[in-house]
Amino acid sequence: MRDQNTEQFFALESEDIRKTFGHFAALSGVTLGVKRGEFVAFFGRNGAGKTTFLKVAATLMRPTHGGLRIEGIDIRKDPEEARRRIGFLSHNTFVYRDLSALENLKFFCRLYGVDDSETRLMDLLDRVGLRRRAHDAVRSFSRGLHQRVGIARVLLHNPSLILLDEPYTGLDAHAVEMLNAVLDEAIEAGKTVILTTHDLEQGLRAATRAVIIDHGRLVFSGEARDPAVRDAYDRHVRFGAAG
Amino acid sequence: MKPVTAIVVKDIVIELRNKETISSMLLFGLLVIVIFNFAFASSGAGAVAPGVLCVAYSFAGILGLNRSLSMEADNECLQGLLLAPITRGDLYLAKVAGNFIFAMIAELIILPVFVVFNNLHFDLKILEVAGITILGTLGFVSIGTTLSMISSHTRMKEVMLPILQIPTTVPVVISAVEATSMVLNNETQALSFTLSLLGVFSTVYLTASYFVFEYLVEE
Repeated sequence: MRDQNTEQFFALESEDIRKTFGHFAALSGVTLGVKRGEFVAFFGRNGAGKTTFLKVAATLMRPTHGGLRIEGIDIRKDPEEARRRIGFLSHNTFVYRDLSALENLKFFCRLYGVDDSETRLMDLLDRVGLRRRAHDAVRSFSRGLHQRVGIARVLLHNPSLILLDEPYTGLDAHAVEMLNAVLDEAIEAGKTVILTTHDLEQGLRAATRAVIIDHGRLVFSGEARDPAVRDAYDRHVRFGAAG
Repeated sequence: MKPVTAIVVKDIVIELRNKETISSMLLFGLLVIVIFNFAFASSGAGAVAPGVLCVAYSFAGILGLNRSLSMEADNECLQGLLLAPITRGDLYLAKVAGNFIFAMIAELIILPVFVVFNNLHFDLKILEVAGITILGTLGFVSIGTTLSMISSHTRMKEVMLPILQIPTTVPVVISAVEATSMVLNNETQALSFTLSLLGVFSTVYLTASYFVFEYLVEE
């Protein structure tokens, strides 16, 4: 079930991932290896296939063809173990509006089978700036505060691979700063981060590698500091043909 | 079983907080009992009483399933559950358990009202009807939970669920109506066969749904 070699080096390894919706090919053979500790920024226009790829990696979506391993674990053979290692955040936070921030985190701790002690969760809420609102219903939160609960949810089971799908959408400057601080901490702790965004500067801020996807295909992969990233971004994302 | 329990407890806590599911199920179920009682008062409500009870349960049940679906659809919370390291089968069992509990609470309040309106006595027969209710409800929510997931991927979520649910649960509803009728009319010779039929359908729905659920929830 596990490949010892890829488990040591790769946080994520995909082979010829294809995903079709009827006649539309959202992914047309994506092969990608992300090493442990890498911060990969995924760029692409709307509909390029960024979110589809992350959803396949997070086991939310079944690929039409191809295989994907998370730290050597084949997501088809042992999806539960793969999910234990993944933290996934999109612009939707997946938290219940009728529960408080603390209740939401306690619930997700029980789902993941991790320590749900109030002290630990209050520390986590403190880290995302929500300690004072811990007992308030999420329904009463602004978009920014909502996303903070989502960030806390992603971190609570200490995942080694963090997948972020347009996490900056709708966040104010303060919340962006907080998210960046959390990501910096994650990188320092040796976690692997894959982030999708339209925003080149935001994506390259802490990334070690940039990947560009266009029409479901990887069209660029290189060092984040490489000037070629900006040229490729202009060609495929900024000025690229839509549809 | 800890994650399954956690999901059921979460559903109960949310319901205790907003009281939307059980109150809407109760209101609708009681309305059906009252209206049908007046409609058939002159022609004798006794003959149609088992059918009225099952219609009340079914419509109330669909409302409950719809509410359960919308709770998970809000803010895409279902995706949060799908990201957890639990099998899709366990997730299905948790949602069935929650739906079953809410349906049973509503039905156990509707049943005494049905007894009063039909001039029945609170005796052993009503306990037997309660037993049939439990078995029928299990079959109803077993397939209903699955169908609510299918309808969640369609454009007309709330409309699609009853369209799928009512025809699919016909065997369960007919078996429950027949069994209730036999108990209320003291004609219990064929009761064991009807109950077996109800049990078989409930088991098939539950088992089949457990195994196909993962294919329904993944995009």
